[in-house]
Amino acid sequence: MGDVTTVITDTKAGQANLDVFSSTLQELAATDRNLLVVTSDSRGSGKLVPFAQKYPKQVVEIGIAEQNLVGVAAGLASTGKNVFAVSPACFLTARSFEQIKTDVAYSNNPVRLIGISAGVSYGALGSTHHSLHDFAALRAVHNLTIVAPADNFETEQAIRQAAQLNTPVYIRFGKKPMPLLSEENKEFLFGKGRVVSEGDDLVLVATGETVYPALLAARQLEQTHGIRATVISMHTIKPLDCDLLATVAAKGCPILTVEEHSVYGGLGEACASFLMMNGFRNRFNIMGIPDEYTVTGSQVEIFNHYGLSENGIAQEALTLLGR
Amino acid sequence: MNVNELAQKSVQYRRNILKYIVGAKAGHTGGSLSCVDILNVLYNNVLRVSPETFGSPTRDRYIQSKGHTVEALYVVLADKGFFPESDLETLCQYKSHYIGHPTRKIKGIEQNTGSLGHGLALSVGTALSAKLDELDYRVFTLLGDGELPEGSNWEAALLASHYKLDNLCAIVDKNTLQISGSTADVCNTDPLDQKFEAFGWSVRHVDGHDLAALQEVFDALPFAPGKPSLIIAHTVKGKGVSFMEGQLKWHHGVPNSEQYAQALDELEEAALALA
Repeated sequence: MGDVTTVITDTKAGQANLDVFSSTLQELAATDRNLLVVTSDSRGSGKLVPFAQKYPKQVVEIGIAEQNLVGVAAGLASTGKNVFAVSPACFLTARSFEQIKTDVAYSNNPVRLIGISAGVSYGALGSTHHSLHDFAALRAVHNLTIVAPADNFETEQAIRQAAQLNTPVYIRFGKKPMPLLSEENKEFLFGKGRVVSEGDDLVLVATGETVYPALLAARQLEQTHGIRATVISMHTIKPLDCDLLATVAAKGCPILTVEEHSVYGGLGEACASFLMMNGFRNRFNIMGIPDEYTVTGSQVEIFNHYGLSENGIAQEALTLLGR
Repeated sequence: MNVNELAQKSVQYRRNILKYIVGAKAGHTGGSLSCVDILNVLYNNVLRVSPETFGSPTRDRYIQSKGHTVEALYVVLADKGFFPESDLETLCQYKSHYIGHPTRKIKGIEQNTGSLGHGLALSVGTALSAKLDELDYRVFTLLGDGELPEGSNWEAALLASHYKLDNLCAIVDKNTLQISGSTADVCNTDPLDQKFEAFGWSVRHVDGHDLAALQEVFDALPFAPGKPSLIIAHTVKGKGVSFMEGQLKWHHGVPNSEQYAQALDELEEAALALA
């Protein structure tokens, strides 16, 4: 079993995914003049001002026009530009869905679509600004890798790997500072889930910003009930790491998925679909945002409201375990 | 290619459009016939692209936003040697790559289109890349007048002007008809020239079937330094076949054998008149 007590040491303390995203892009741009950041008035919200100051010729401002953002990004990518198209996840994926489908994925223009402030990061700004549909919508689009990093390490790796990918990718992450999930198991590959804790009693499959509370829940369960959980950061929603799912499901223990997304069409349903179709009958539940427009509050308050918290996940796990 | 040679090409292209649409029992006949003279001049006398240079980063790009009239594009690309013309016998058939909208699976086609309102933004990105790299290639996109109510066009038009993309030329195939009726009745976009001019474009009108006039207007590009160019090409849906001209039902009508024979007779007369 991994040592979960050491996992929350943050070597980039206080940094949000956005800071890591921005600094990683700056590193990449230092050796890649072909790299372009294309934004829809989101330099500030994307923490890209330092990038823009350092590499002003590598920023393309579109204005608030997300359909155009994606279409223009696809045109740029078609000429060999290494394009990162950055916009709040809610608008990028809803307003530009057909451009993502047709101009990016269908035409195989390798745009790196970056959805910032995803899930309920915008908290009290309300449901117009929440991105709780993006996994569901984009999972149905062929030729698109979908990634939700869980910590600064995963974000940095995701950006670096996206820059090398010759097919389209969608990466979404939130705003708040992130912990470092594990000093161990420092491998990150698209399509390969990352086991951040190991145990035989329960499997927690989480993605993005819910991996950390899932890990805390695992620690609580062990300390208070002696329940040992495997915790997976399933950072790649598509293609899903079915091999890893099959391996952990074969233990026969209950499986609980956790995500900052509607319970419909996201990580949970992707896992359920694979497991059912492959004969696994583990007890199973999906934690996410229920089918409603969310309550008002900060991201943390919303997480707590829907049980996407250490205590909420631990409680749901106990229920699933029949305890 | 001189105007007479171009005219002969147009007749042949029209024959082929009808031939392959009849073979496929599907296609957008009226719009293909309205835009084919534009494609004729573009591919024979304007675009700096060939099958040999199609992979070159400095080639001129043509992006067909009004994807449903791909039959005209297929016929012209086949004539230019991008693929064997016999491939078009599979048009719209089971497992054929020659589907009813442009696809990059076909050599010579730059972008997958079909949904309307996509070509201009793709073209803006492509033209902007040329500016960033200080390359002198140009980007041409063909829009249908019926697709202009899509808001994405206006987002892209705004940005083209913002970035001073004088290497971008949009052509509107203004045949004034769309699937439900006249464009004026469905959603009037006139005065189109004033709208684009207000967005910072330089605009010219042309008779979209006057090959010499088309040549002249393309030769005048860019119309103004620092401005994207718009050509409003006034065309006739179903042009070249008397009973199709200006008739809504030929938007995606397929001729029966008698209609096909009559169309070929009319095109034969047109060819003889040129000889």
